[in-house]
Amino acid sequence: MGLEHALGDSFITTKLDLAINWCRKNSLWPMPMGISCCAIEMMSFAGPRFDAARFGSEVFRFSPRQSDVMIVAGTTTYKMAKVVRKIYDQMPDPKWVIAMGACTSSGGMYRTYSVVQGIDQFLPVDVYVAGCPPRPDNLLNALITLQQKVQRGESKGSFPAYVGDKKLNEPQVLPIISG
Amino acid sequence: MNAAIVEALKARFGAQDFETSEFRGELTVVVPKEKIVEVCTFLKEDAALKFDLLADLSGLDMYTPVRRFAVVYNLYSLTNKHRIRLKVFTEEEDLKIPSVTGLWGTANWHERETYDMFGIVFEGHPDLRRVYLPEEFEHHPLRKDFPLMGIPGSLHLPKK
Repeated sequence: MGLEHALGDSFITTKLDLAINWCRKNSLWPMPMGISCCAIEMMSFAGPRFDAARFGSEVFRFSPRQSDVMIVAGTTTYKMAKVVRKIYDQMPDPKWVIAMGACTSSGGMYRTYSVVQGIDQFLPVDVYVAGCPPRPDNLLNALITLQQKVQRGESKGSFPAYVGDKKLNEPQVLPIISG
Repeated sequence: MNAAIVEALKARFGAQDFETSEFRGELTVVVPKEKIVEVCTFLKEDAALKFDLLADLSGLDMYTPVRRFAVVYNLYSLTNKHRIRLKVFTEEEDLKIPSVTGLWGTANWHERETYDMFGIVFEGHPDLRRVYLPEEFEHHPLRKDFPLMGIPGSLHLPKK
């Protein structure tokens, strides 16, 4: 929002941060990065039975420009990593990443040359979800965990976008509010 | 039916060129690589055989000093309901095999996959690029001497 940077550090800004973080955490719009089977559970998470709308995350945006959190759901190969990162680079700050499932978090059962052994090698991951695939409740739990992080003002920050070797932007890291 | 196919092949090309074997009713014929297009054309266009479908084309790495690589063609006849498997062996030093894309369009992507995974070059292929792996990748991962976890530094990730 930029307001907190304009006002500097003061009582008003810290309280403003709390309010802004409260707003942010209750409307985390996901960018569904459904690469393989975890995506099915992710759809279920957004559907009526598990109902992510209760947490303000029902609006799956298929445009990175309009989303806050990227849910990477599925086996990420080296070839796909470039695509995932390109979409992540297009998301506006502040942004978060949920690594859904064993493959995304650690390579999972694909211990092989073509699969990235954990997407944290090229993305700042905020929450990891265990399971193969995780149940939708588990993803809801990850969303709630992420909401708590957002409320506390914590973020892994974002990585700068590159075109070739040229850095396009400096990453913005959210201010951390203690207490 | 298998005996009739072998008879037809031997009548057309002569007996000396082919090693045939049969296992549980499946006929396998080893074809010299310079004759593969000719043999395939015959099998496809002969009125009695009519192998009009290339069901699969894949590679093999035996990891032996001679006849290391092979390409396997599984043919099927939709009209006659019979099958044949062709094998073409090639040496590591000379990884070139004539392409059969002119006969079956489906061979295009199958040959690209075989090239991607084994590095076998199909001569006469219209567009021999990798299918699965990134274009800048230099190795052929289904070869027996390729390590399971890959070669460090051969695949690149985006910068942090």
